[in-house]
Amino acid sequence: MKIKFNNEYFLSLIAVVLGLIAGSILMLVAKSNPVEGYIYLFQGGTMNIERIGNSLATATPLIFTGLSVAFAFKTGLFNIGAAGQMLIGGLCSTAIGLTFAWPKPILLIVMLLAAMIGGGLWGALPGLLKSKYNVHEVVSTIMMNWIAYWTVYYTIPAYFKGQFLETESRRIPYEASLKVPWLTDLFYGSYINLGLFLAILFVIIIAFILNKTTLGYELKAVGYNRHAAETAGINVNRSIILSMVIAGALAGLAGATFYVGYASNMQIGVLPSHGFDGIAVALLGANSPVGVMVSAIFFGLLHTGKGFMNAMTSIPPEIADTIIATIIYFSATSILIQRNWDKLKKKLGGAK
Amino acid sequence: MILSEDVVDKGGVAMEYVVEMQKIRKEFPGVVACDDITLQLKKGEIHALLGENGAGKSTLMSILFGLYQPDSGSISLGGKKVNISNPNIANDLGIGMVHQHFKLVHNFTVTENIILGIEPTRGLMVDTDSAAKRIKELSEKYKLNVNPHAKIYDISVGMQQRVEILKMLYRSADILIFDEPTSVLTPQEVQELMKIMGNLITEGKSIILITHKLKEIKAIADRCTVIRRGKHIGTVDVASTSGEELAEMMVGRKVSFKVDKNKMESGEVILSLENLSVRNIHGVLGLKNFSLDICWGEILGIAGVDGNGQSEIVESLLGLKKVESGRILFRGMDITNLPIRERINKGLSHIPEDRHRDGLILDYTLEENMILMVYYQEPLSRNGLINWDKVHQYGEKIINDFDVRAGQGSSSLARSLSGGNQQKAIVGREIDRDPDLLIAVQPTRGLDVGAIEYIHKRLVEQRNRGKAVLLISLELDEILDISDRIACINNGELVDIVNADETNENEVGLMMAGIKRGATA
Repeated sequence: MKIKFNNEYFLSLIAVVLGLIAGSILMLVAKSNPVEGYIYLFQGGTMNIERIGNSLATATPLIFTGLSVAFAFKTGLFNIGAAGQMLIGGLCSTAIGLTFAWPKPILLIVMLLAAMIGGGLWGALPGLLKSKYNVHEVVSTIMMNWIAYWTVYYTIPAYFKGQFLETESRRIPYEASLKVPWLTDLFYGSYINLGLFLAILFVIIIAFILNKTTLGYELKAVGYNRHAAETAGINVNRSIILSMVIAGALAGLAGATFYVGYASNMQIGVLPSHGFDGIAVALLGANSPVGVMVSAIFFGLLHTGKGFMNAMTSIPPEIADTIIATIIYFSATSILIQRNWDKLKKKLGGAK
Repeated sequence: MILSEDVVDKGGVAMEYVVEMQKIRKEFPGVVACDDITLQLKKGEIHALLGENGAGKSTLMSILFGLYQPDSGSISLGGKKVNISNPNIANDLGIGMVHQHFKLVHNFTVTENIILGIEPTRGLMVDTDSAAKRIKELSEKYKLNVNPHAKIYDISVGMQQRVEILKMLYRSADILIFDEPTSVLTPQEVQELMKIMGNLITEGKSIILITHKLKEIKAIADRCTVIRRGKHIGTVDVASTSGEELAEMMVGRKVSFKVDKNKMESGEVILSLENLSVRNIHGVLGLKNFSLDICWGEILGIAGVDGNGQSEIVESLLGLKKVESGRILFRGMDITNLPIRERINKGLSHIPEDRHRDGLILDYTLEENMILMVYYQEPLSRNGLINWDKVHQYGEKIINDFDVRAGQGSSSLARSLSGGNQQKAIVGREIDRDPDLLIAVQPTRGLDVGAIEYIHKRLVEQRNRGKAVLLISLELDEILDISDRIACINNGELVDIVNADETNENEVGLMMAGIKRGATA
């Protein structure tokens, strides 16, 4: 067990290193000094408390979408719909935040619950389609992404139109924001918000569900071997739906932490990139909750640092995106890395 | 052809072998799969290669077929040293192999399958006609009776095997390797196959027969090489060696083929299938109006060729498949439409045919696998929380009681166990719950003699304790050895039920082919 875990993290580390090497090659091609580039990239994410706060704030929704994808993966489902579930979660919480004028604690709790329910429903439908009609979840979740996209596109201007712009919602009031003064002050005015603590809480909850409960045992059993689980009397259809609901609820929370935490309003016509980034986060984190958190923070750092790197050098910020893409590529092909690694070990072993 | 007929005259070729594998050694990380094995195939003989699962038979043949390179040792063909670095070279040298699992494209015709990879062309077109003609000639020459234009999915398994044989002949192979060729055939089809092998020999081919069935070796092979745990035990003349001696060479100790079984009075009916009709995966009725009673204290064996309704019986019994019509009564209760878990809780237990697909979660540890049916019950879990200490105790108990050998006890990953130990673990899990009816489907498939003995003993014990066992197996010997009654099925219908001690292999074989007792001339 222990060895297996270490091995997976080791593979993720190799993927990161390979991604960074690929990035430095690109920087060389762009006639820049990679060492310098990386120094500015990481400085950009960590050089002062405000920037650290921003890195963590950027990582927060990624932790949720990463958890969402990883959780579905554990049940053998590929949730490509985190983006749509996130939009709906964000829409639900924004709607409540703009509609009711309750005290902050109550309002926030209701908003978060609404985000979970909205995202959960958005995940439930593909789950239902999969279990009843064997519609592949990759197809249905992608379609749900666009349904969410257009739902937001029409709902925001119709009911929550912004003061000046047609294309965004009104700003949410202070009571409806996950930002709190003491935290903002602590990090010298960064975007950091309560969502980070919520994310850490959910990392623990999901790890607990997966490792300690009968529910986690069932869902993983279905994910590893659907046939054996069914033969043993586990209700596979229920597990698939439930897993998608939980994954959807997690992505819904990503929406809340992004639209009423990191940001203060919702823009229309944007499918958040967090959905696909979540897949990368889950892959890099070897689908374990803690791994997801670590890799989400790493991605948050790269996202925050790329602007600084661009400002200080002539390296285009797209290089940072390319590094992320390369890391995704390498972690997706980690089986290949593993195989080559085994071969290398065998060769070295044989030479002795 | 490597040797022409006239060279193969008694004295002249005393030392000449068509295939000679000398002191072959092959090591995999941690295992020596072949340790100085020598195999000599004379021209025109059927040479059996006998050994248990994992003894090294397949590795040795894969080396001959060019799939692996030996670490040391040499291979000579017709006295000439050769280096077979890949299967194409093996083909060119006239070596052909019929794999245990046929490698055929189902929606292609016989001809299309045979010419696959070496398609004769006329201009830009594949010249199927001339190929079909040649296949017809070959088929007639060796009395294979294959229609070159039939589609694979339309022909029987026995016929498909002949297509595989034709594939080798079409490629002018002279050395034919048969890997466990009888495992998918009825006794009658086995007879046919043996005749075909005879024809092949008369036409000057040489055959290596990989098998663990002693009866077949006695029936057809000239000589036999026995290997055990990668070691060459000996090569013997089949005619002058008894079956017991061969078995002892294979296993390394004396084995009893007879299962100790005293007579038992069976009790009341525990399970009745009443006019059951079930669709198969193709949507047609795989089980037609099928009725059967099983009693407390008996082992009822179901004999039949694969795909004649066995899986439909199992799936409808367990609740994996919906019943079209008819009903299932278990201990007097109608369970036809109950969910799977409720049936399990009523005392149904199941050893699945495919242990990797349906029996185990290979990425779970053994103990996690042992609780697969009971994890939600106290004391293994409470309020939805699993008590892993209790789970560990539960798993350890089963693997101790059922002699499951695993590197790290019940914490080992199921994947890391050998097939025999995986199966023992499943048997343990299913029997430990003390089921009233145990459905054992191919419970000894792919296991070695020791494990087979053990599992048979456990099944009989279960029956001796007054419980019922439904045994579904494609191994006719297994059915005959341990069942009390035998139900023969063909094409989804019950042919007849006979008492095990009043029948024999031949009779059951005929019934498996759909011919009722007394109906033959």
